[in-house]
Amino acid sequence: MKIPRLTDTTLRDGSHAISYSYTVEQTREIVRGLDEASVPVIEVSHGAGLNGSTIQQGFSKTPEYDLIKTAVETAKQAKIASLFVPGIGTSEELKKAVDIGIQAVRVAVHCTEADVTEQYIRLAKELEIEAVGFLMMAHTQPKEVLAEQAKLMESYGADCVYIVDSAGALVPQGVRERVSALKDVLSIDVGFHAHNNLGLAIGNTVAAIESGADQVDGTVRALGAGAGNAPTEVIVATLNKMGINTGISLSHLMDLAEDVVAPIIPSPIVIDRDNLSSGYAGVYNSFLLHVRHAAEKFDLNPTEIMEELGRRQAIAGQEDWIIDVALELADKKKDMAHI
Amino acid sequence: MSKIKAAILGSGNIGTDLMYKILKKDGNIELSLVAGIDPESEGLQRAREAKVETSHEGIKDILADPDIKIVFDATSAKAHMHTAEQLSEAGKMAIDLTPAAIGPYLVPPVNLNEHIEAENVNMVSCAGQATTPLVYAVSRVVPVHYAEMIATVASRAIGPGTRQNVDEFTRTTANSLEKVGGAKTARAIPVFNPAEPPITMANTVYTVIKEKDFDVDAIKKSINDIIYDVADYVPGYRLKSEPIIDYRDTPWGRLPVVVIMNEVEGEGDFFPQYAGNLDIMTASARKVGDLYANHFLQKKGVRQ
Repeated sequence: MKIPRLTDTTLRDGSHAISYSYTVEQTREIVRGLDEASVPVIEVSHGAGLNGSTIQQGFSKTPEYDLIKTAVETAKQAKIASLFVPGIGTSEELKKAVDIGIQAVRVAVHCTEADVTEQYIRLAKELEIEAVGFLMMAHTQPKEVLAEQAKLMESYGADCVYIVDSAGALVPQGVRERVSALKDVLSIDVGFHAHNNLGLAIGNTVAAIESGADQVDGTVRALGAGAGNAPTEVIVATLNKMGINTGISLSHLMDLAEDVVAPIIPSPIVIDRDNLSSGYAGVYNSFLLHVRHAAEKFDLNPTEIMEELGRRQAIAGQEDWIIDVALELADKKKDMAHI
Repeated sequence: MSKIKAAILGSGNIGTDLMYKILKKDGNIELSLVAGIDPESEGLQRAREAKVETSHEGIKDILADPDIKIVFDATSAKAHMHTAEQLSEAGKMAIDLTPAAIGPYLVPPVNLNEHIEAENVNMVSCAGQATTPLVYAVSRVVPVHYAEMIATVASRAIGPGTRQNVDEFTRTTANSLEKVGGAKTARAIPVFNPAEPPITMANTVYTVIKEKDFDVDAIKKSINDIIYDVADYVPGYRLKSEPIIDYRDTPWGRLPVVVIMNEVEGEGDFFPQYAGNLDIMTASARKVGDLYANHFLQKKGVRQ
């Protein structure tokens, strides 16, 4: 089987789980560990992409450009990438990150809105960096729609298009169908990004690779939004067992996970009730901490908020709907109390 | 009652919806011409059916008629760069619905009087029309250190122009929140949601307050007042729930944030009702046109 390229996004997806609090020192240590382990691509930015430091998402404790600069200076072999969400970031932020030295950008949109990426994928190619299209919340659309959207990204010049299981709601069958559909119509790479809400992050990643995925994502110790991602060190261990030699050092990654990343994690990343209900309802994983905040403020159960967000078909970037839903549920309860 | 003659330049979706809005409630305006470039376009056909004079020669017939005093430009930013000058030379007032922004941003309940003598005004963006009044409602009570707005609109209600230039949309809207809304700094973030059935335009405005003491009730009253003002010309403009104060960690410390959730349902004139984002542009333009027409009539009255 072909050897997939591994992108580690601990320093991007993981920032959701630690409320965007990465420091320069943590970034340096994690990048050094990944780089020494020979991980080829390391993603660094606010969890919501460049310029994501907002009330809606949460403000970065350290300016993300400082973290990106640290990553660029620390990495000896790895490419540094950033996430970019049109509307949150603008061309200006992308240019600035390229000036600092990122060599790849992953342009992320809800999986029906690929045409919004044209301006930025073209800009990335003009700036001579790698451009990856990121089709978020891919569980919401059938494979045909995803293939069509991926084709658009390819036509703008993308070097790869990812199926992104933002809600951790896909099962292996759904992953195989989607990855295969993209492989059938694209001449560029296809990638897969997992979340672990159903305990399938590694299984789905394996399913993607078996279906021909050229690139996959992981986070060290699963440090990502919500239920976390496929742990980078576990992906490498699993691929080793499958006889796929990525050239990445498992022992380096295990040390990094244990000694550097585990101490950063504020509360264990497990499939608790909140994360399972989120994945089951198909809700974006980075909503988790915001949902907990709203549940506490309005004296609600996070699960009922998750379920309603799922019903309303909330997508990435709609953290404001969490308050809206919580207010409505709280009002309903008040009304019930009066009956 | 005498009226001021006006024309719509651009027979696309925005121009067509605007035409229906003016015909429904013409006030001080007499819609005397709809000009496009394609005689077979749906917009011009609809104008003919509505018994409005049409032209498919672009701006030519508008310039030829000295009685046309107000021109709504619903073409494109690029086109408006050229027509703005022609309209100005011909002594016609331009209400610009494109992102060209040659003239000042105009948000009816906020700054109309400031620009009453302007010869070219810009209607900002859909999200700008919807959320600038809300930021202003807070900033007229207490200084707004930072404002952020999230506009969620149905994917189907976002045209190719916006899709190809999201940068422009975010920049323009944020600028309006600062320059017109009164926020010290601002961000604007659009979200295009493809949910079916399509969702109604929903806006969330966050305003960060640094002041230690501020009058929450006065802010809430100010917000309600401005909702009332906008709803006068956009009937589907309303609060989704009462504004709340939420404390958030910000770069300036843990501070109170006024969270305002707003919904804009369209009137369904030409656009579907969920497309409140498009509706608020045309409804605001109609309102601005009517106010300028009224101003012209009064000036005429004084001279007579």
